[in-house]
Amino acid sequence: MTTLLQLFSVAAISAGAFFFFAGTVGLLRFPDSLTRLHALTKADNLGLGLVVLGLLPRAENTLSALKLLVIWALVLLSGASTAQLIGRALRRGRK
Amino acid sequence: MSVLPVLDVVLASLVIGVALFTITARDLFASVVGYVAYGLLLAFVWIRLYAPDVALTEAAVGSGVTGVLLITAGKRLGALKNAAPEMRPGLSLKILTGALAALVAGALGTAILMLPDPPPSLAPEAAAAASGAGAGLENPITAVLMSYRSFDTMLEKIVLILAVVGVWSVGADKAWGRAPAPLRQSRPYAPMVLLARTLAPVGVLIGIHIFWTGADAPGGAFQGGALLAAMWMVTMMARLAGPPRIDAQWLRMAMVAGPAVFLVTGLAGGVLAGSFFAYPPGIAKPIILAIEAFMVLSIATALPMLVVGPPSERPDQ
Repeated sequence: MTTLLQLFSVAAISAGAFFFFAGTVGLLRFPDSLTRLHALTKADNLGLGLVVLGLLPRAENTLSALKLLVIWALVLLSGASTAQLIGRALRRGRK
Repeated sequence: MSVLPVLDVVLASLVIGVALFTITARDLFASVVGYVAYGLLLAFVWIRLYAPDVALTEAAVGSGVTGVLLITAGKRLGALKNAAPEMRPGLSLKILTGALAALVAGALGTAILMLPDPPPSLAPEAAAAASGAGAGLENPITAVLMSYRSFDTMLEKIVLILAVVGVWSVGADKAWGRAPAPLRQSRPYAPMVLLARTLAPVGVLIGIHIFWTGADAPGGAFQGGALLAAMWMVTMMARLAGPPRIDAQWLRMAMVAGPAVFLVTGLAGGVLAGSFFAYPPGIAKPIILAIEAFMVLSIATALPMLVVGPPSERPDQ
């Protein structure tokens, strides 16, 4: 059971790291700001989500596991909102 | 096994790289963004140095609040430049500024390189005094801040209030007592309103939690207060709340509350506990938490007042 959880944890964190890596590559290589924004939010939402998922079995107790989930939820909220704000600023700049 | 030292070296080079970018960036806005990234990286450095309290402060104040402050200042500078284009500093002034900055950096570097080994430290004395005062606090940082060097901590808050007074006094005579201009001129924008409505209640809760837990774990009045300040700024940016009039009684009371309660407690300590800023043993912890609660109030009101700037000449809305 613990080995399985261990495996799951490693797999999820690795997948999260991959999404961060892919997001960073996108941020550096994509042609314009809107697509770069797209790459960045994927890294934030999925990458961090997977890392948090992988860390959950390693949490000391239920409270710290809950804190991890709250951190993810807050990053989701602020990431989505700032993406909207940056997107609007870009659209305005183009006109 | 030795992956951490490598990561440390990478982190250190990143900090230096971002610092160089911040100084050399041609664009003011890019430079500010570089500064914010620099602050966040520095927070990681503090974590690696096992100083989570300092890391929290650096992330909240050094990066967050200062970032907003610099961005708004940059905007105002831009508006000023449009009004008077021929205000660029001359070459001699630039050289003088650079030389002064290099002098300060050089002096700091020499002082650090010339430190005796081991460097002189007040840490053992402070730790002994903090635990000796019977503060009953689990977090030695808070014990040092509130017991060993409580006078300094109070003076820091007074500096904050003086800074707000300085910002206010930049305003025009006619504007005195009015409210500062709103942070965003445009109409409310739905995603920003949603963010403020969802984030602010959670952020306020987390801010109070960080203040409360600061007695026993990393956290404290400044970190918690900075978070509350950020939440007030978010609601002001979403136009859910306007900046208050600077002659509002509640605002001034809230700003002065922290240092005032601190000072009164300190004076009472002279009578009741034998020396200035001494706490009666046994009830030291509740007293410290009460002082900190008022300091949170002061910080949470003073920081946004620094950001929104001087009172505006336009009539209140």
